[in-house]
Amino acid sequence: MIGGLVLHLTLLLLFAPLLQGVIVKTKARFAGRVGAPLLQPYYDLARLWRKGFVFSTTTTWVFLAGPVVGLVVPLLASLMIPFGALPAPVSFEGDLILFVYLFGLARFFTATAALDTGSSFEGMGAVREVTFSCLAEPTVLFALLVLARLSEGFSLNALLGPHLTEAWRSDAGAALGLILVCLFVVLLVENSRIPFDDPTTHLELTMIHEVMVLDHSGPAFGMILYGASLKLMVLGALLVRILLPLQTGWWLTDALVFLGGQLGVAVAIGVVESTMARLRLPRVPQVLIGTSLLSIFALVLVLR
Amino acid sequence: MIWLLGGILLMMVSGVPGLFCRRDGHGGERLACLAVLAGSACGLIALVLVLGQGGEARLEWPMSFPGGAVALRLDAISATFLLPLFLLAPCGAVYGLGYWPQREHPANGRKLRFFYGFIVGSVMLLLTSRNGVLFLTGWELMALSGFFLISTEDHKEDARRAGFVYLIATHCGTLALFALFPLLERGAGSLMWPEAGSLPAAGSTLIFLLGLFAFGLKSGLMPLHFWLPGAHAAAPSHASAFLSGVMIKTGIYGLVRLTSLFAEIPPWWGWTVLLLGMVSGILGVALALAQHDIKRLLAYHSVENIGIIAIGLGLALLGRSYQLPELMALGLAGCLLHVANHGLFKSLLFLSAGSVIHGVGTREIDHFGGLLKRQPWTGALFLGGAVAISGLPPFNGFISEWLIYLGAFQTLKQPAALLGVAALAAPALALIGGLALACFVKVFGIAFLGEPRSTAAAQAHEAPPVMLAPMVVLLAACAWIGLLPGTLAPLLRAAVADWSGANGAALLNTTLAPLGRIGLVSWLLLALLLAGMLWLRHAARGARRDVSTWGCGYRFPTRRMQYTASSFADFLVRLFHFGLWSERHGGRVSGLFPVPERFSSHTPDAVLDRMLFPLFRGGAWLFRHLRARIQNGVTAIYLLYVALTLVVLLTLFTL
Repeated sequence: MIGGLVLHLTLLLLFAPLLQGVIVKTKARFAGRVGAPLLQPYYDLARLWRKGFVFSTTTTWVFLAGPVVGLVVPLLASLMIPFGALPAPVSFEGDLILFVYLFGLARFFTATAALDTGSSFEGMGAVREVTFSCLAEPTVLFALLVLARLSEGFSLNALLGPHLTEAWRSDAGAALGLILVCLFVVLLVENSRIPFDDPTTHLELTMIHEVMVLDHSGPAFGMILYGASLKLMVLGALLVRILLPLQTGWWLTDALVFLGGQLGVAVAIGVVESTMARLRLPRVPQVLIGTSLLSIFALVLVLR
Repeated sequence: MIWLLGGILLMMVSGVPGLFCRRDGHGGERLACLAVLAGSACGLIALVLVLGQGGEARLEWPMSFPGGAVALRLDAISATFLLPLFLLAPCGAVYGLGYWPQREHPANGRKLRFFYGFIVGSVMLLLTSRNGVLFLTGWELMALSGFFLISTEDHKEDARRAGFVYLIATHCGTLALFALFPLLERGAGSLMWPEAGSLPAAGSTLIFLLGLFAFGLKSGLMPLHFWLPGAHAAAPSHASAFLSGVMIKTGIYGLVRLTSLFAEIPPWWGWTVLLLGMVSGILGVALALAQHDIKRLLAYHSVENIGIIAIGLGLALLGRSYQLPELMALGLAGCLLHVANHGLFKSLLFLSAGSVIHGVGTREIDHFGGLLKRQPWTGALFLGGAVAISGLPPFNGFISEWLIYLGAFQTLKQPAALLGVAALAAPALALIGGLALACFVKVFGIAFLGEPRSTAAAQAHEAPPVMLAPMVVLLAACAWIGLLPGTLAPLLRAAVADWSGANGAALLNTTLAPLGRIGLVSWLLLALLLAGMLWLRHAARGARRDVSTWGCGYRFPTRRMQYTASSFADFLVRLFHFGLWSERHGGRVSGLFPVPERFSSHTPDAVLDRMLFPLFRGGAWLFRHLRARIQNGVTAIYLLYVALTLVVLLTLFTL
């Protein structure tokens, strides 16, 4: 139990920023550049850690609550999701709802912290964040319903159990494929990646997540970046487990399989980012509603 | 039961001494507040005694009362509805001392206090009565006192209008109840409520439809919600808190009680309630997003939450129809817990909104701004309420939504594919939750954060402690249910047993076991957040705090450049245009040298403003014309009417 917890947190805390590095590297390779070193996100965090804070006169304590919640929530949520074949340290019937709602809490405070600056740019970012997430939320639930239908219990451990291997071979394989696509789209939306948001754009008007954190500085900004990479890894874990339901039986190989899967997801994100353009904002809701419809099809496939 | 009767009496007469006190003294208001506090204490004692003895208490006075006896009965279902009442009523009464002091409102303060006590007493009466006539008496007293609470400021046009709309709506509901009780009597043999699960299925369709109409109208289920936004906006804040937190729940109580009486539930009942719940939930929160008036917005959130409650009830009914005790138990437990939870956080929000209105003097969200600096306590309390109503951990809203979610997931365990459709409740709840989150980010962000958007907001003052204390109590109650959810499990179990027999209640033992884990995670969350905040504040001790917000290089941003409530909601409101039909005026800029332009947008209520008003206006026009035709002042025509009537009567008698 304690060992599992330590392993879980070590994997998460150590390797999460690496994924960001892999994405950047993939994009650089696609563009024919050498790119920043793989460990650049770690250097960035270390640099921010040493810096000081600057606060706008408009802000209140809510401004600081944003980064804290953004860091604490992925950390807590990670305790409830299995990392590959490594079971989740905290597991109970219905923990999947808590998992989803914890990220809701993070969104609430990130968006309010953005509004706390009184800047209309950050207001725009907050609107887009809450709008797109609330459209992505039903898709997540549909995917969880499909997984729940295929499993015995209602905990994430049970949902993402070893039975998925058989499920892929059975009739439910098509449904699993569909929700895999849907969850990948949700992953892109929730982590503000292209085609929904461009993390490297230079224009405040077109950003979503980056514009919300414009006024943060120093360690608080570091917390936001670190929290974002934790979130990518935690949500990616859902995808990795559905795609690779391998059970080797030894914790080290299990952990390696999981990390390999995560790196694969990161590369996939990098490929998508390199080959697609950012969608126009009014298009985004249409894509998300389309994804919800896909996930409904998946549910119909397993219910029939 | 003596305690309960004493409580009812104390509540009902709480405003009476005030009527004989001086108009501008505060003796009367303090007496009234004391009486409400004492009444709640009596009620709580009664609840503790009854629940301590493990079940229920009855009281019957056989007397020449229609229906045979004055019958009161306190069981676990009544108790779950009464428990929030005993917390809310005194909180509202204490808050009223600061919000509506007699000295500042000599014209209507005494009336408000009298009817506040009266409505509390009548709700207590109807929640415990087991006799149809007694129930109707309580219902009607409640409805009428509600009218007087809504039209407290009867010198204002919109308060009078909201009051009349409410009065008409509630009496349509009462009319349906007048039809319902004789039908029940035909099935049960007397006007006393029969035992749970004793009525046969025959003839139940009409009873259910009448009940759904009457109780749905009171609770504000979607197409019948039209009276609610205006009414909650017009009443003083602590009265709105009671109306929204307790009074509309009597409709849910009626539905829960009515459905408990039948031995068999047809499946379509559950599907209907579930569908109505989803529609209310989604459209309620979408309408809330489009509002600019903070109290109207909160009122639409009541519609949304009633929707969530109805989803729970619908799942419970389906569980009974399809013999799935787990689904039934989880749905009903979620429904009842959400009734209590919504009462707590919605009154917290109404009270803190009242304190904002008290401080700024307007209900327009776009005139607030930057209030967290001027009203730090109110702001923090509102934030707590906002997190709770969005259903986020670690507060209570999450617990009840979790129960309903789990119920929705239960439907998947069945081989029957049809029932799997009920699992759609889960994504619907997720959408409702996401929209509610967006809405409360909007309200909290626009009202409390940023720079003040008006001079009134810049000069706002914090509410007095007598108004803050009740809000602190309510937030503590929200946190208590969120952090120690297991404490309410026995009451929920007893209520489920009362509704449907002990079968499902026993199952609830195992399904409620994870509540302890949720509580643990919530504590952990709270501890980590606190630690993080303390550390960050410590680390940011010597930071510069004298720079202005980054404006992309622009150095002189004004407060008018901030995002407004309407612009925040615009994206989502446009997405939900199919159900909202928002109106937009102006805002088109043309030419190379545009002249100043105005833009405004507002969202009228789809049912009241777009259907009922035109319909009734058309009706009035029609009857006016008919009258002009029939009563046209020509004596010969009147004689013709007399002759015709005689002929008709004669033919009728000879037949």
